[in-house]
Formats: sequence, C-alpha cells, structure tokens
Amino acid sequence: MTESVTRLGRAAGGISEELGRLAAFAARILAVTLRPPLRFGEFWAELFKIGVLSILIICVSGVAVGMVLSLQGYTTLVRFGAENSLGAVVGLSLIRELGPVLTALLVTGRAGSSVTAEIGTMKATEQLDGLRMMAIDPIDYVVRPKAWAMAVAMPLLSGLFIISAIAGGYFVGVQLMGIDGGTYMSSMENSVDFENDVAGSLLKSVVFGIIVALISTYRGHTAEPTSAGVSAATTSTVVLASVTVLVFDYILTALWGV
Amino acid sequence: MSPAAGGAAGPTPQVSLTGVHMSYGRRPVLRGLSCCFPAGAISVVLGGSGSGKSTILKLIGGLIKASAGRIDVAGRNVVGLRESELYVVRRGLGMMFQNGALLDSMSVFDNLAFPLREHSRLSESEIRTRVHESLAAVGLDDVDELLPRELSGGMVKRVALARALVGRPSILLVDEPFSGLDPLSTKLIEALLVRINRQFGMTMIVVSHHIPSTMRMADRIVLLLPDSIVEGAPAELRTSDDVRVRHFLTEETDDSDAVLAKASEFEQGERRPDRHRGTGANP
Repeated sequence: MTESVTRLGRAAGGISEELGRLAAFAARILAVTLRPPLRFGEFWAELFKIGVLSILIICVSGVAVGMVLSLQGYTTLVRFGAENSLGAVVGLSLIRELGPVLTALLVTGRAGSSVTAEIGTMKATEQLDGLRMMAIDPIDYVVRPKAWAMAVAMPLLSGLFIISAIAGGYFVGVQLMGIDGGTYMSSMENSVDFENDVAGSLLKSVVFGIIVALISTYRGHTAEPTSAGVSAATTSTVVLASVTVLVFDYILTALWGV
Repeated sequence: MSPAAGGAAGPTPQVSLTGVHMSYGRRPVLRGLSCCFPAGAISVVLGGSGSGKSTILKLIGGLIKASAGRIDVAGRNVVGLRESELYVVRRGLGMMFQNGALLDSMSVFDNLAFPLREHSRLSESEIRTRVHESLAAVGLDDVDELLPRELSGGMVKRVALARALVGRPSILLVDEPFSGLDPLSTKLIEALLVRINRQFGMTMIVVSHHIPSTMRMADRIVLLLPDSIVEGAPAELRTSDDVRVRHFLTEETDDSDAVLAKASEFEQGERRPDRHRGTGANP
C-alpha cells in the first residue's frame, strides 16, 4: 500500500515537473515573441509548410467526414420523418465539435509530428548548438516561427475543414438523398448561432492550435539527440497532443458550453 | 581579416579550467580537471574515446554546465552565467563542430552570412565580401548556392570552419576536424588551421584523435589520461617519462600486437570511475 502511494506520488511529481518545464518553455516563447527581429520571413515559410501544405488533406478529410455525417444523419432522421433537419444536424456537429477537433487531430498527425521531427533532428545534428554558439537563441529563431504558424494555421484550417464537410454533406443530402437544397441550407442557417456556435468553434480551434504548437515544439526541443530519441519524441507528440486536444475539448464544452 | 574585430568579448583571449567537475547523469566525466590554453597558440586536447575531450569544448562554449569549478573564457568565468550572458561571451568564440552543424535548410552562402546578418550592421555587399573572404581562407569558391547535403565530408568541415571564422572570433574551438577524412583532406584541414592561427594569431583549442597531425600542428598538447592529465609541448610529451603518454602517442603509428594489447590496457584504465582526478601534471 505504502509502495503504491509512493509510486503514485513520484508519478504526480514527475508530471508536475514536466508541466512546469512546459510552462517555462511557453514563457520563453512569449518572451521572445515581441523581441525584434520579428522574423516574418521565417513565420510565412512555416505558415506555408504547416498551413498551405495541409490544405489538401484537410479538404479531402472534410468532404469525406461531411458525406458520412450526412449519410448517417439522413438514415437516422428519416426514421422520425425529420430529414429536413439534416442541414442543422450536419452544420451544428461540424461547427461545434467535429471541425475543430478533427482538424486538430489531422494537423497534429501531419504537421505537429513534422515540427517535432525537424526540431529534434536539428538538435541531434547539433544545429541548435551551432545556433547557440553563434549567439542566436534557437527558441527565437527555430521555435517561435513554428509555434506561431501552428497557432495561426489551426483556426484557418478548421474553417476550411468545416466548409469542405458542409459541401460534402450537401452533396450526399441534396444530390444523392434528394433533400431540397434550400431546405438543407436554411435549416443550417436557422440553427447555427454565430455567437455561440461559430465563435465557440473559433475559440476551440485557437486553443487546440496553441496546444499542438506548444507540445510539438517542446517535444522536439527536449528530444534525446539520437535517432531513437527523435522517433520517440515524434510519437509522443502525436499521442500527447491528440489526448490533450480531446481532454480540452471536453473541458471547453463543459465550462463554456461551446 | 583580423581576429576579434567583430566584437570579441573580454581583454585576453585565453581559456583556463580550474577544478572542473562534470557528469552525464550518474557517469562522471571530468573530476576536478584543471588546465589552460594559452593565447594565440594551437592547443590540442587528446584522450581516449569518452574521456571528455568534446565535453571540454562544450563547457568552454557554455553549451553544457559544469557541476563545479571555474572556466575562464577571455577573462569571464562562464560557469553560472545565464544563457543571455553567455551570448555575449560567444560572440568572441567560433566553433567548428565535428559534423559541421551547418543549417541544412540554408545554402553555404546563407550559412556563413547568417551570423553576420544577425549580429552586425554590415550591408549585404559587405556581408558578401566577408563571406567570400572566409570561404577563400579555407580554399573554397563557387559553393555559394550549394546546400550542405550536396557537399563532401571534407567540404562540410571547411565550410564549418569558414562559418566559425566569419565572425572573426578571438578564440576558435575545433571538434575532431580530421574525423572521417581521407589523408589528403586531413593534411589540407591541418594546413588551414595552422595558416589561420599564424595569420590571425587566433587562440585555437582543437580536439582530435589524429596523433600525426597533432604532433605537427600543436603548440601545446593536453592529454587526458584515465586518472590525470599531462600538458606540454609535443616534443616534451614525445620524450615523457610517463609510459602511458608514450604509448598513447605511438598508438596511431604502430599497429603491432604489443601496441594493441597496450591499447586494451589503456581502455580498461579509461573505464575506471576515478579518472581525471586532481589537477594536471606536467611531464
């Protein structure tokens, strides 16, 4: 019994320590954020890599999710004779929940892992030490542009995901299932509230963007400087960021009803 | 190109370590190490694998922290300095890493121009001139647009050396400049280091395994032995009374069974936990 409590205490201590380091790392990013040079060039380059190069996977996934959602929704709603509410079901599910969450999971897998791998490899090949020896802070030059690009790209990609999914849902509902197009769109328009649903969706995607940015850069920066270390850090980013996104999704929904 | 013109920190470009302790986790690497590296000289640090040679360079550059002791770099004790304070010291240092550590997303030109763009107010044309001066100093031209992955091993070392020189440091740290190079490239790098040292009077601290080059280029050798260190000029060490010193220095040129056996004895000694205890002993 005592041993179990000791082990639990150690684990709690370890988690607290790691959270403390993560907070200190976030504070360092914030501290260098407004320090010139602002490195817009590096920021745009990262925004391209994280955001623009994710557009295809986001659109394809969005369309697929929208189609499935519409199909499942129609099959269920038709039993109650409520198939005209399909637009509302699809729109609300996507905007409030599926859009921000699935986008965060997809971006974590595609871009978060690559951010961790890139920073980890730079560490393993002594490029970060090389920067430090040139009196250039790696947090400033390497981490800051990636973290901000991730945080900015996430809401934009989430919006793109939602639009693609609504289009996919429209195709299935209207073209394949025969619901009237005007009914689909007006049911969505009447049920989606900008302040509660759209702003809430935006809030979620911003929070998720910060979470994925922080975890992916932190894991890369603290990776063991070996190939196995970089690999472990990359895996850890995907697992930890995905779980954290899901936990925060619940917290945001429960606390603020978004 | 004169050394220290780019803003070297401190008055005297000299490095000394006093009673330095350093461990990786529970494994002690340096125990009370004391040695010094004179200004304007080429000092070569020799020792077996895992003896802490590269660790000494990282400690001098403040990349890792000593658990105890004092490390004076150009008149400042770097132990205990904050990272922001270390950046001031590092502007007077250049470091050539074992594998180059070139930024792989940048061309050769940008790798060299990068520290100048960050720390100086030079115009682009002045930066271009300075970069080409540094590349010429290591015997390279027409490599501006190449990426690090397009360079041979020897060229990577030379570009890394050029990048270390471009800020005109007063102290140059060089980690294993000859590893993985063919004999011709080895001699080329060796000649470059000597020429740069003689031309600019730069303090050089070189970590190496290559005994023949060391004996030719070094003004001073610091040999890390399992339980002590030995410092002196190459000629002094060659005629040292300490049999371990002579064994170490002949290891590279003699591959007889006897030497291999001695090497094995040396390795066993290396694994003893109480290495580098106390201060250096002159031969």
